[in-house]
Amino acid sequence: MVIKMYEIVDKYEEAPNVHRLVIREPMTAEKAQPGQFVILMPDEKGERVPMSIADVKKDTFTIFLLELGISTAKIATLNKGDELYCVVGPLGMPSKIENFGRVVVGGGCYGVGAIYPIAKALKEAGNHVTTIIEARNKYLLYFEEELASVSDEVHVATSDGSIGTKGHVQDVLVNLIREGQRYDHAKFIGCTYMMYNCSNITSPYKIPTMVSLNTIMLDGTGMCGCCRVSVDGKTKFACVDGPEFDGHLVDWDELMMRKKSYQMEEMISYQTAPHVCKALVETILGDNIE
Amino acid sequence: MSDKKKAPTKAKKPAKPKAEEKKAPAKTPTKASVKTPTKTPAKKETKPPTGEKKKPPPRPPRVKMSEQPPEVRVKNFDEVPYGLTPEQAIEEAKRCLQCGKPKCVPGCPVEVQIPEFIALIAEGKFTEAACKIKETNVLPAVCGRVCPQETQCEEVCILGRRHDPIAVGWLEKFCADYERLGGHIKLPKKEKANGKSVAIIGSGPAGLTVAGDLALLGYSATIFEAFHKGGGVLVYGIPEFRLPKEIVDKEINYLERLGVKIKYNHVIGMCKEIDELFTKDGFDAVFIAVGAGLPRFMNMPGENLNGVYSANEYLTRSNLMKAYLFPDYNTPVIRGRSVTVVGGGNVAMDCARTAMRLGSAKVTLVYRRAREQMPARNEEIHHAEEEGIIFNLLSNPVEIIGDEEGRATKIKCQRYELGEPDDSGRRRPVPVKDDYFEYDTDMVIIAIGNSSNPLIAATTPDIEINKWGNIVVDGLGRTSKKFVYAAGDIVTGAATVISAMGGARQAATGIHYDLMGEIEPDIPTACEMPDEWLDEEKDEPLPKSKS
Repeated sequence: MVIKMYEIVDKYEEAPNVHRLVIREPMTAEKAQPGQFVILMPDEKGERVPMSIADVKKDTFTIFLLELGISTAKIATLNKGDELYCVVGPLGMPSKIENFGRVVVGGGCYGVGAIYPIAKALKEAGNHVTTIIEARNKYLLYFEEELASVSDEVHVATSDGSIGTKGHVQDVLVNLIREGQRYDHAKFIGCTYMMYNCSNITSPYKIPTMVSLNTIMLDGTGMCGCCRVSVDGKTKFACVDGPEFDGHLVDWDELMMRKKSYQMEEMISYQTAPHVCKALVETILGDNIE
Repeated sequence: MSDKKKAPTKAKKPAKPKAEEKKAPAKTPTKASVKTPTKTPAKKETKPPTGEKKKPPPRPPRVKMSEQPPEVRVKNFDEVPYGLTPEQAIEEAKRCLQCGKPKCVPGCPVEVQIPEFIALIAEGKFTEAACKIKETNVLPAVCGRVCPQETQCEEVCILGRRHDPIAVGWLEKFCADYERLGGHIKLPKKEKANGKSVAIIGSGPAGLTVAGDLALLGYSATIFEAFHKGGGVLVYGIPEFRLPKEIVDKEINYLERLGVKIKYNHVIGMCKEIDELFTKDGFDAVFIAVGAGLPRFMNMPGENLNGVYSANEYLTRSNLMKAYLFPDYNTPVIRGRSVTVVGGGNVAMDCARTAMRLGSAKVTLVYRRAREQMPARNEEIHHAEEEGIIFNLLSNPVEIIGDEEGRATKIKCQRYELGEPDDSGRRRPVPVKDDYFEYDTDMVIIAIGNSSNPLIAATTPDIEINKWGNIVVDGLGRTSKKFVYAAGDIVTGAATVISAMGGARQAATGIHYDLMGEIEPDIPTACEMPDEWLDEEKDEPLPKSKS
């Protein structure tokens, strides 16, 4: 039997454009701790894409993938049994887990999945865990049951109000705090704007807040400085000093601007990749037939 | 063809022994001494035709290597020099004085037997010459291209006192290329497996050297590489037009044929710790060659703007991830219209020349000292100038100014002047008060050097490091932790490929001594050229066999 390297042992589209990938890589699975990430490459020509580790089982780990650019699209077109070109990890500092007391965790986009190991570890450490997740619509929500199993409360927000609170994680958070809920610690993973808003909300209440930054990365070992962020006026590398940083000290404006560095190039590479587009067309047609 | 060449060889030989005789009349029992038999008869034969003993005929000048013209090469990523032709190589090799006590050999950090391989080239035995180099240097094709020969072997060349020194680098490159392009690289004899295994962290020049040396000595060597491709700085740092990546691939392939295992995508310190390599994986020794991989920044305002790169990032994007082939390769790199590179070393030259090739209209290099104090090789500076890179010397950036979208648009620099010499003997640059200037630039590359990556030190606290974060080792590469060795930039701070290889060779000797015990620590590790190679297709055996 041929032993496959970095084999995708399971792939499932949890919600439209949210792919759950289970990848076999015993070394990564053995070492991964909550809050760490891996770097994946779909093929030799692809980018090195950082992905939060969402779960670990035996010799496999799980990631949640949103197809956003060319390299994520390439990964998304791989199927069960296919191999990735490169898996490096775990990388980054693990999330700080201790018994804080009452903790609120929030996730959006890929963060709904990525918050799971953190919530689980916090719960195991004896915390009261409140989980807030968001999506644009109720059919885009995923992973609620798993999250419920490791949380004391789960709150849901949707942009169109089709389920739960209308709005975003920060809206639920504001409501909870106004209702009189007190939190000793907060952690957020997801889109930068959500993390920024949530940090702004916890700031006046002096709730220690950690955010998991998803900067552009290249090597993931602190060699290039591509992922640098200003935290408390100092330059930090998200890949080795983070990805978790104090949300109240991050220079959010700079972070959001740096994330846009390659907007134009991302569009060009996505549109000029014939084989991926063909695969996408097939995927879309396949869905319609079903 | 070879006959034709041999004739002039003999005719020109008189000059060599003469020059040699004056300098080294007494033959010492060194390796060079084996040449004596051939020389003596040659001298006698050719004495009469030469006639005037006191005046050696004027030596021909160094051959000229052709290269891509600047206006062509700034539009492609192909290698700049075309390399020597076989005729040129022989012509150049014949210029060598074949000194009895060659100064070039100790001038080389890995002590390549320079006169011997040059003699082989002069005889047209190119493959054998390549093997000769490989006895002490596993990466001849790389070193022939990127070594600073002008400060090493070529600097001390006796020819260089009156003429141009012999082009050791070009000849090295020539015979390595000749062997590689010939299609098959023969494997030297290996010692029998000795049952010991060594983990090597990092597949850069130091890692590859140790892997090659140990594999030949019968060890099982396993390299752990963090990236998806092997070669370390050779693939992520040095651009294609200076060192084609195909060569690095071939060198790695050669090591794999020697039995070296390479495990990619392994960040030691994260996915495995050094202690685990001993306890879990059962390695007998660990060699650390992780390089200097922490980019230095200047801590000036605007450094985190879009369009500001560390040299590491810029070169990694362009070289390793092949951003110059974007969008076929998906990793992008910003192609600035007006690019500023800060620094004066080889890396700065690489960045500037890469930017030129990526289509920048204007590339400016900002360096705070003067041109003659630039640490970059002369050849690189010369190439950069030819390619139209503007040198803004005696100035240093103080601020990068950006627009509302966070993109760099301008750079503000302060002028410097040269003051008193500092510890390194270079005149210290002193800022001129209130003398600033600004110009438009949409991309800035900071190439002011690298510090050592703290990843290993942080996870292995029992390895002693100095105040710069470099690992402390003894003369045989031993660290403060037992059976852990180190060499390369992680020990010396950012330096050259060849110095890393020199350190690696010592560490290989150290490992061999510590694990196998009985061997003297100062023996040169390396392969001997198998006898059958020498006899192959040759009527007469080479003069310098073991007899």
